[in-house]
Amino acid sequence: MSLSVAQRLALLVLVLWAVAAMLAPWLPLTPNTITLPRILAPPGPGLLLGADDLGRPVLDRLLAGAGTSFTVGVGVVLCSAVVGSVIGAVAGWSSGWIDLVIVRVIDVFLAFPGILLAIALAGILGPGIGNVIIALAAVGWVGYARLARAQVLSLRRREHVLAAQALGLGSARILSRHLLPLAMAPLIVEATFGIAGAVIAEAGLSFLGLGVQPPAASWGSMIRDGVAYMLVAPHLVLAPGLAILLVVLAVNLLGDGLRDWLDVRLR
Amino acid sequence: MLARIGSALIVVLGVCTLVFLLLHLVPGDPVDAMLGESARSADRAELRRALGLDRPLTTQYAAYLGGLVQLDLGDSFQDQRPVTEVLAERLPATLQLAGAALALALVLAIPLGVLAARFRGRALDSAAMGFSLLGISIPNFWLGPVLILIFSLQLGWTPVSGRDGPMSLLLPAVTLGTALAAILARMVRASVLEVLGEDYVRTARAKGLGEIAVMRRHALRNAWLPVLTLVGLQLGALLGGAVITETVFAWPGVGSLLIDAIRGRDYPVVQGCVLLISLTYVIVNTATDIAYAWIDPRIRIG
Repeated sequence: MSLSVAQRLALLVLVLWAVAAMLAPWLPLTPNTITLPRILAPPGPGLLLGADDLGRPVLDRLLAGAGTSFTVGVGVVLCSAVVGSVIGAVAGWSSGWIDLVIVRVIDVFLAFPGILLAIALAGILGPGIGNVIIALAAVGWVGYARLARAQVLSLRRREHVLAAQALGLGSARILSRHLLPLAMAPLIVEATFGIAGAVIAEAGLSFLGLGVQPPAASWGSMIRDGVAYMLVAPHLVLAPGLAILLVVLAVNLLGDGLRDWLDVRLR
Repeated sequence: MLARIGSALIVVLGVCTLVFLLLHLVPGDPVDAMLGESARSADRAELRRALGLDRPLTTQYAAYLGGLVQLDLGDSFQDQRPVTEVLAERLPATLQLAGAALALALVLAIPLGVLAARFRGRALDSAAMGFSLLGISIPNFWLGPVLILIFSLQLGWTPVSGRDGPMSLLLPAVTLGTALAAILARMVRASVLEVLGEDYVRTARAKGLGEIAVMRRHALRNAWLPVLTLVGLQLGALLGGAVITETVFAWPGVGSLLIDAIRGRDYPVVQGCVLLISLTYVIVNTATDIAYAWIDPRIRIG
């Protein structure tokens, strides 16, 4: 599988993001150190990306924010994908009233415009990274459930599944050994785009003041804080925004490529 | 069609129930959250009784549903005004913003998608899809401030925020409409490509029909239906995105009302906003479903 130039760059961005996220706590960074003489300092030697309105170095905060976005992005997707897929698979396999109830519940959740329910949930649960993950996962599981259910419904008539049933294998075994491995592909694609969505959603919630709280750094809250100083220190808004844009662009690009590749292979 | 309306009603009931449960998710006591911990217990009991929180959950739920049917959503804690009144005040602004964003998105996306399909594989196609990818990936709470920086602060063409004059609608509409335009462009392109591959298009070309006529008479006519469905589905994302866009631009709509109410712990208003936005979405989706089935004869039979 050969990657285009854009895809290689995207992969590089994601690797850098993951590395930054995981290494940030160990590096000698000072994202929360208030240094008043340096307020709103422009980018220059020693302060590669300048300093914010409290003199904190933007680069350090950017790296700390990478940790936040990575944790939320991956955490939300893992939780919602696993929970959602299991629920969806159970629905698709059981049919009968279990399926009916689950489908109705999915419909109700889908009736809420994506980020709206997350905003309301986060607003009501209160700020903090844990609540952000809960709110986003509580909203996100539905997509995976619907997809998993559709996959199970279309795969259950396959011969190897019917054979397994005839042999008397239990439902759980059939689902896990024979159905889910085939159903994985679209779920993985959905999960990839889910990461992009979760990163934007976390940044959005932090922008609204509903996500991680100060002094913790999040790319979204950095933008919010920076908007007030846009005219005199545009780097405060541009840096975190570009970070979000690059990461999301990279994930979307690779997700597109992944989907096209899996599509060709399955056909 | 009755079946669709029936299931839509079930969904509506589910939505109302979920929103009711939202209030009861508040960690700790909502009354404590509103009055603060140092409030006297007499005040707390008073507020609890006034809010009806001292009654069993099922009674509260019944009262809530009863109120909904009469279009009574309670009173705002902050203003002491009926929530429905507050919502009615703010709704026009949101409708205006959503409408403008939708119009902008369609005007941008349809030509872009059609041209991308027409010149598939060439530079125009790659450029269009590149812009589309960019549009999907840009967060609107960043796009808004950047546009403000360029067009309001540096160039002075538009006001920085607020709703006041036609120019003030421009930046919020562009901010909100960009993501929608990006998604629509892709869909239009895919839809037109699919139609262009159909046999009747080959026949038309074999007949000697010029390319423009082929597009107009055969391709576009059949390609717009899936796009219509997508618009209906994306309306939800539009309404969700409006919350952030209205906050960025201090646009006095239902979205910014929601955020203010969350900050002010004004739970009846929070409930009201979420209900209004999601029920609008359900209605639009159901209407789109029904319209789609009515327009496309093939679906009616199936």
